[in-house]
Amino acid sequence: MALFNIIVFPGILFLVIAGLWFEFVDRRMYARMQHRQGPPWFQPLADFIKLLAKETIIPEDANRFLFTAMPVMALTATISAFFYIPLWSPRALFSFPGDAVVVMYLLTIPTLTFFLAGWYSTSLYSMIGAVRSLTQLFAYEIPLFMAVLAPAMLANTWSLAGIAAYYTAHPLMALLNVPAFCVAMVTLLGKLEKVPFDIPEAETEIVAGAFTEYSGRHLALFRLAVDIEVVVAGSLIVAMFLPFGLALPWYLGIIVYLLKITLVVALIAILRTIMARLRIEQMVNFCWKILAPVALAQLLLNLVVKGFLKP
Amino acid sequence: MKYPGRMLGEVLAHLGAKPNTIKYPYEPAVVQAGLRGKIKFFAEKCIGCKICEKDCPSDAITVNKLGDKRFECIFDLDKCIYCAQCVDSCPKKALTVTNEFELAQLDRHKLRFIFHAPDAPPAPAAQPEPPAAKTA
Amino acid sequence: MSKITIPIGPQHPALKEPASFKITLNGEEIYSMDMRLGYNHRGIEKACEERSFIQGLYLIERICGICSHSHSTAYIQALEELAGLQVPKRGLYIRTLIAELERIHSHLLWLGVAAHEVGFDTLLMYTWRDRELVMDHLAEIGGNRVNYAVNTMGGVRRDLTPDEIAHILKDVDTLEERTKYYAQVATEETTLVARLSKIGYLSQTDAEFLGAVGPTARACGVDRDVRRDDPYAAYGDVQFKVCVDHHGDVYGRVLVRVGELMESYSIIRQLMKNMPDGPIAVKSPRRIAAGEVYSRYEAPRGEDCHYVKSNGTDKPERVKIRAPTLANWRAVRKMIEGNYLADAPIIIAAIDPCFSCTDRAIELVRPAGAETLTWGALRQHGIDWHRKQGLDFAELNKKLNTQLGRVK
Ligand code: SF4
Ligand code: SF4
Repeated sequence: MALFNIIVFPGILFLVIAGLWFEFVDRRMYARMQHRQGPPWFQPLADFIKLLAKETIIPEDANRFLFTAMPVMALTATISAFFYIPLWSPRALFSFPGDAVVVMYLLTIPTLTFFLAGWYSTSLYSMIGAVRSLTQLFAYEIPLFMAVLAPAMLANTWSLAGIAAYYTAHPLMALLNVPAFCVAMVTLLGKLEKVPFDIPEAETEIVAGAFTEYSGRHLALFRLAVDIEVVVAGSLIVAMFLPFGLALPWYLGIIVYLLKITLVVALIAILRTIMARLRIEQMVNFCWKILAPVALAQLLLNLVVKGFLKP
Repeated sequence: MKYPGRMLGEVLAHLGAKPNTIKYPYEPAVVQAGLRGKIKFFAEKCIGCKICEKDCPSDAITVNKLGDKRFECIFDLDKCIYCAQCVDSCPKKALTVTNEFELAQLDRHKLRFIFHAPDAPPAPAAQPEPPAAKTA
Repeated sequence: MSKITIPIGPQHPALKEPASFKITLNGEEIYSMDMRLGYNHRGIEKACEERSFIQGLYLIERICGICSHSHSTAYIQALEELAGLQVPKRGLYIRTLIAELERIHSHLLWLGVAAHEVGFDTLLMYTWRDRELVMDHLAEIGGNRVNYAVNTMGGVRRDLTPDEIAHILKDVDTLEERTKYYAQVATEETTLVARLSKIGYLSQTDAEFLGAVGPTARACGVDRDVRRDDPYAAYGDVQFKVCVDHHGDVYGRVLVRVGELMESYSIIRQLMKNMPDGPIAVKSPRRIAAGEVYSRYEAPRGEDCHYVKSNGTDKPERVKIRAPTLANWRAVRKMIEGNYLADAPIIIAAIDPCFSCTDRAIELVRPAGAETLTWGALRQHGIDWHRKQGLDFAELNKKLNTQLGRVK
């Protein structure tokens, strides 16, 4: 049963399908909001297959091992993070106290692989993209951590399953975390490298950033990893901030879960439609001057509330 | 007032709207009546003065005399820039412009388009337009 | 951090045409820029000398895909002056109408490109969607979306019907509404303003000294517009304001262009209201009297200059074209210094560059021992040089001809 869960549902196969599907949802919404037709539903899959069939070129100077290992690393890290997140019931596939922190770290790994991939491609554009990835990581990671910390603190546990259980018992408490939810949504754009924070892969400046030298199946894996990251990070946000409907029967729960993910993906699509790309220093400023204080205020609020509730 | 997401209302309003782009070639393209497309030749009007040939900026048109008052006209559709200067230059209005624009071919030879001369002996003016045919 | 040099171009997603910019970076900051142009040299001036005046017109029109009418009008004005042709009023009005429609589509296009360069693709999609209204009119009036070919020696080739006039006026109203909205977006969307303001600054003194033209210069406070200073076509008959701004940065260039869009709508309305009746063209000779003329035209990107010399035959003896982009390149070098790498594309795009229009200036560098070759000798030298590299064009040509079935 566990093997089935890992490989098929809600494991790898589900993630791949969901990743491709939500890429379609994102692209289609993006297009429609721009008054265009947008791609047909199978476009992400078609892109994936096409890339698999394409020639793979590895730059001569690049570190072959790291160059080929990085896409796989990114993919495995995102997929393993998924198993600790409760999806439609307060229980996750695997769970242990403190898994929230592990999931956060696992989700940092893709960014690190982008950095290494870009750095070891030894192309100028890749290197600049790599450095920007890392700079951006330092800017959004702290606010994101603090934002995720807030609901965990209120629930008094570091286990995602525990958090889900707490909010199922006290659903109204989740409303308290709305500011943290906003911060998390915005930093998520940074993590997923979407407009306005697509600075590391700014097409008009540095071609494709860290992915510039990638082609063929390596690029296909990277893109798949990014698609899956959207679903996994979305699931994390959903588990943390929208813990509703977890007590429903499993078939209803799955529907509610998918709706919630769609909501997150739609929010991402809308946010990336209505903004221009910032410069890296504007992004860092924004994260530290606005997002971090908001997240801090949320922490303070949760501490005070907790103080009231405890005695 | 400055605020982020100034276009939010606009984009949401278009979310459910019919897209502005069309699915050409699955749907027909909108073609203006005045579009300059393929040139049409009326052999019975031509007097063989070759002014069109002289004025054509890209040597795309050739008029050949086949016999007494019989002229055929050859267009190289790949050379033609569809400027319609030949139409303006022709003193006898033997050329007109149509708005046919889907002229791409996979076989290069098909781009040479010949308006054949009327059959000898010269047909009377009853035949309005000689049949156009493509040669391989 | 040590200095690194990063190439933007000749092939780069930010550039729609090839040109090479070598940007030396100090961290993320631009230390200096070196440009290499000339990837698009097409030998148009030389080709004009081998074609009759009327054939050359269609070639001139293809200098630029955006301001095709600008080049053809600048050229035809020169020819008409040489031939002493008096273009009928209605012809001039239609010419001016096309010129303003072209300015609208060019500025809307630029607004979209600028938005795309800073990653705001939504604005790109919307401006380009609305630009289609203008493109449709141009296709209807002229016969083609891009190379309208409306000009001919002595006037214009196609007339306007009252229906078309009404239709254009209706669409101008729509476009005015839309432009107002885009002006709001460009000045009120925080992320966009953050990306556009305070970058690519050029002072008025520098703009004048470096010879900047068009909106680039006007955004630095240089009050210069050929349409007002040296009216051609029907510009003497219409009232309009020359948009000048004092920001001097990319944001200022947006404001100037949006302002010019609004002026264009008003010019079109005036033209339509006062459109005189009568013929649209006069008959023109094939041969043009000997002489030389220098013609100026305010293209969407700035002043466009054509010089035509005739020797009394039906072909020009010399045609020289100075496209507006050429005048702005030196300003770009100045503007880009000290900015961030992220801003390089938008600063380059802010002059609305048109590379292939520009690529016709040649600089003769004469090192010691250089010799002047005749055309034939140069050709032979080229053939020999390639042979030495192992490339025999005679062979290749034969192969190509066999493949194309062209063997005699
Ligand atoms: S349309 Fe222009 S290019 Fe084509 S044949 Fe006529 S003159 Fe030549
Ligand atoms: S210009 Fe007209 S009449 Fe003269 S050869 Fe051409 S088609 Fe015939």
